[in-house]
Amino acid sequence: MFQQTSYTDQQTFFQKVRSFDYILLLCIIIIGIISAFSMYSTDGGELLYHSKSHIVRLLVFFTMMILLSFLSIKFWHSVGYLFYVIVLGLLIWASLYGITASGSQRWVSLYFINLQPSELMKIAIIIFYAKFYHRMQISNVNNFTNLIIPTATLILPILLVASQPDLGTAVLIALSGIVALWLAGLHIRYFVYSGLVFLVSLPFIISFLEPYQKLRILTFFNPERDPLGAGYQIIQSKIAVGSGGLTGKGFLKGTQSYLEFLPEKHTDFIFTLFSEEHGFTGAVLILLIYAIMVFRIVKIGSGARSFFAKLFCYSFAAAIFIYITVNMSMVLGLLPIVGSPLPIMSYGGSSMLATMIGFSVVMSAKIYHRQLIS
Amino acid sequence: MFDSGDTAFKKLNTINRRMFITSAAKAIVFTGIVARLFSLQISENKKYLTLSDKNRLREWRLPPVRGKFLDYFGNVIAGNLKVYQLHVVPEQVENFNYLMIRIKDILQLDDDQFSKIIKKKKSQKPWETLIISENLNWNQFSKINFYLHELVGAKPVLSVARSYPFDKAYTHVLGYVAQASEDDLINNETIKKNHVPGLRVGKIGLEKTFENELLGTNGVRRYEVNAYGKRINQLDYQEGKQGKNIRLTLDTEVQKFSNELLAEKSGSISVMDIYTGEVIAMHSSPSFDPNLFLYGISVKDWKEIRQNPLKPLINKTISGLYSPGSTIKPLVALSALENDVISPNQKVRCTGKMEMYGHKYHCWKEKGHGLMDLRNGIKQSCDIYFYETARKLGVDRLSETALRFGLGETVLKGKLENEKKGLVPNTKWKKENLGSGWVLGETLITGIGQGYIQTTPLQLCLMTAQLANGGFKIHPRIIVEEGQESLEIIKQKMAKSILAEKEKTYAPIRKVEELFKIEDIKYPHLFRNPENVKFVLDAMFASTNEVMGTSYSSRIEDQKYQFAGKTGTAQVKRITEKARELDLPISQIPYEERDHALYIAFGPYKNPRYAISIIVEHGGTGSSAAAPIAKKLFKLIIDRHELREKIKKQNLIST
Repeated sequence: MFQQTSYTDQQTFFQKVRSFDYILLLCIIIIGIISAFSMYSTDGGELLYHSKSHIVRLLVFFTMMILLSFLSIKFWHSVGYLFYVIVLGLLIWASLYGITASGSQRWVSLYFINLQPSELMKIAIIIFYAKFYHRMQISNVNNFTNLIIPTATLILPILLVASQPDLGTAVLIALSGIVALWLAGLHIRYFVYSGLVFLVSLPFIISFLEPYQKLRILTFFNPERDPLGAGYQIIQSKIAVGSGGLTGKGFLKGTQSYLEFLPEKHTDFIFTLFSEEHGFTGAVLILLIYAIMVFRIVKIGSGARSFFAKLFCYSFAAAIFIYITVNMSMVLGLLPIVGSPLPIMSYGGSSMLATMIGFSVVMSAKIYHRQLIS
Repeated sequence: MFDSGDTAFKKLNTINRRMFITSAAKAIVFTGIVARLFSLQISENKKYLTLSDKNRLREWRLPPVRGKFLDYFGNVIAGNLKVYQLHVVPEQVENFNYLMIRIKDILQLDDDQFSKIIKKKKSQKPWETLIISENLNWNQFSKINFYLHELVGAKPVLSVARSYPFDKAYTHVLGYVAQASEDDLINNETIKKNHVPGLRVGKIGLEKTFENELLGTNGVRRYEVNAYGKRINQLDYQEGKQGKNIRLTLDTEVQKFSNELLAEKSGSISVMDIYTGEVIAMHSSPSFDPNLFLYGISVKDWKEIRQNPLKPLINKTISGLYSPGSTIKPLVALSALENDVISPNQKVRCTGKMEMYGHKYHCWKEKGHGLMDLRNGIKQSCDIYFYETARKLGVDRLSETALRFGLGETVLKGKLENEKKGLVPNTKWKKENLGSGWVLGETLITGIGQGYIQTTPLQLCLMTAQLANGGFKIHPRIIVEEGQESLEIIKQKMAKSILAEKEKTYAPIRKVEELFKIEDIKYPHLFRNPENVKFVLDAMFASTNEVMGTSYSSRIEDQKYQFAGKTGTAQVKRITEKARELDLPISQIPYEERDHALYIAFGPYKNPRYAISIIVEHGGTGSSAAAPIAKKLFKLIIDRHELREKIKKQNLIST
């Protein structure tokens, strides 16, 4: 056993490359290529600002992901808390000195990039929980004292993000955190209790919401209420998707986006554009690739020996799944419009950075799947 | 290291179990999303495709090009003029006020015009085209084009506008066009269907009657627009169909000349072909310029037209009602002859007046005509003779003849609005409408065309035509239409109608067959004995061409132009005994109390083709005011005859 461990610890470079998960890699590359073409389409069939910088980011972050994958899973375990603390620090910095854009203070300026710490928090919280529960005995998980830290570390960033205000990201952090906690083995009753508490306090929460956020929720329940105002996005998005039909209107021929009926087509509504141009076939295909991606991550998790890697993979798969479904449901009119990007597809550096970091941890878990963490 | 003890196992067990649950949930949710995609993209695809097209496609309707009016010779009498206009769509303009101030400056609009445009803008929807100027002159147009880069949102447009090149000559026949009103849209489906802002439609006259034919259809431009309403590209352009051209039977030369002849006068001239019924001219004076109405008539011009005491707005040819005066006498004579009431040799002594039941009835000639026979009675227009004739004839028989010859009924059968029927009185009519019995004295004055009887100038023209063609019914028309018969065919049919009558009389067995053939008789004869008509025509010849005839001074001796006619002088008020004694010259009588001057005639006498009727309101006597006009008019009509015949053949072929 000892020998075997030392053997895995000392994999050659070639062996490491060979144990990459190529199916996952392929999924990422395909989605990346599709996203590059979609971005090209949002620029009206020209290589303009959005498509250029998206492609550059794809290349940079993809390379970074490959390089980071060689870091051993132990490394990710060891920096787990630090990573969270740094991101939390950035969040606090953002809320104090952040850059404000479109009414929300969510960016911090690092010299080379304007970073959105809330996006990184989506990953940081998962790494934090993975490390937090790695060593813990199952009997201790549900100890009341052991609930305080996870709760606090979840609520603190949520409040910070929500106050930016960025309801969408806050919800996503909350959801991925909650799923991670549940996977870690927390008793179901805690979720029921906190769910009840949430429902009771909902009126108070709503009173804290910005008027535009309230409007969005109202609009979700009845988009025709104000078709040119708040309901416009949902209606136009549904029209775009619906008019795509079976095979779509063709690449660069999506009239809804080309003629600017579609809002936010680079970011949150990129899937709408894609579905309009490539129809049901294209949309299902992209959904299928995402599904393969998600289940591949789960598979890697189940193959990992360390609890840290396992919990991270499961949680990250669930998080990616949540981002995808929240985004798609939103553009298909199943959920209210909250800002939530589609992983890799949507334009946005921070979101892609966070996703790619997540993938490199997963990849590392695959390469070093035999590694145990003491 | 490998504390694969109970707790570690339990921990792994938990996480794996929960992983399976989440995986199952994921699969379900993914399926849900696929289902949603299916419902949007496959099941409801049509609905969303329509909505998407509705988003991106906009139609712009272009004003239809109105059909033209042509005269008999093919000259355009109501056409379309190319005009340069300036349009602005307020919605597409970033800074409307700035643009307007620049335009005001460039076009040098005064404050009045400027505020009018601003007012118009407020009454429209922001995406509706605002017409800044309907008719830019070339100078303004080129200036606008020069500064166009500064005038974002302003569009110089080449458009068409109605024009009436012979301005006053055709006003009452054609009418005029102006902006379609709310009522026009409600009352006419065709207008509603083809309406665009600023559309001109016929308001009166033939422009209104033939609105649906003239209007044409919209051209349609379909554009793809973006979310902000900006046109991205033109997808398709469907050219509109120009409205139908309509050719009239009128002759512009005669029409124009009629306008000149009646210049400064109030009255009417009608000219008709006595066989084909084609109206060659119908003019009402004074007229006005219909071009004034195109861009909205100015208050000043409108006031001038409306307050003119000579009433230019009334089409006197068909809407003016006049006592026919002595112009009725040929008809009275014919009626008396047909009913065997008198013979042409019947003698009446005219002493200038007669008395009946205590009332005095005067002849226009105070001293009296002396002993008169029928021919002389018509020739010299002896009133006493016709009092006597009318007394013997009775009003009911007279009215029957009058109705048969087209009085008391519209001539153009609704082709023009406001055509009056006039009035041919009889005993029954008086009882029903006035509630009292007919008085013999009323018969007497009816015999000289005074009293209740009222006619329009066009009716008198038709009456004359139907006498002149030998006494056959004709069908007046103003439009050149398909299936019109040639002169020869009409003459044949007229001859046939006598034959048919004869056969009917001589062969009663064939009667049933005749009933089926009844439609063939399109030009029935209106007389019992053709000699009676000939007699009346001869008397009219005498009236114009023999010494002592009332219009002798207006005769033309050249046989080519020679015509026969009958004067008429219609009193507009009862002449009092005092006035009769005074016998003032016309210039000393107030205008409204002066007599109307009338004249009916046909020519050339040897082989008649044309009938005319002239009325000069308050012009004095027929022989002094109306007959001289006929002399000038006949010259032109006959001179135009050959050309007209040539065109007639072409028209028969081409239509």
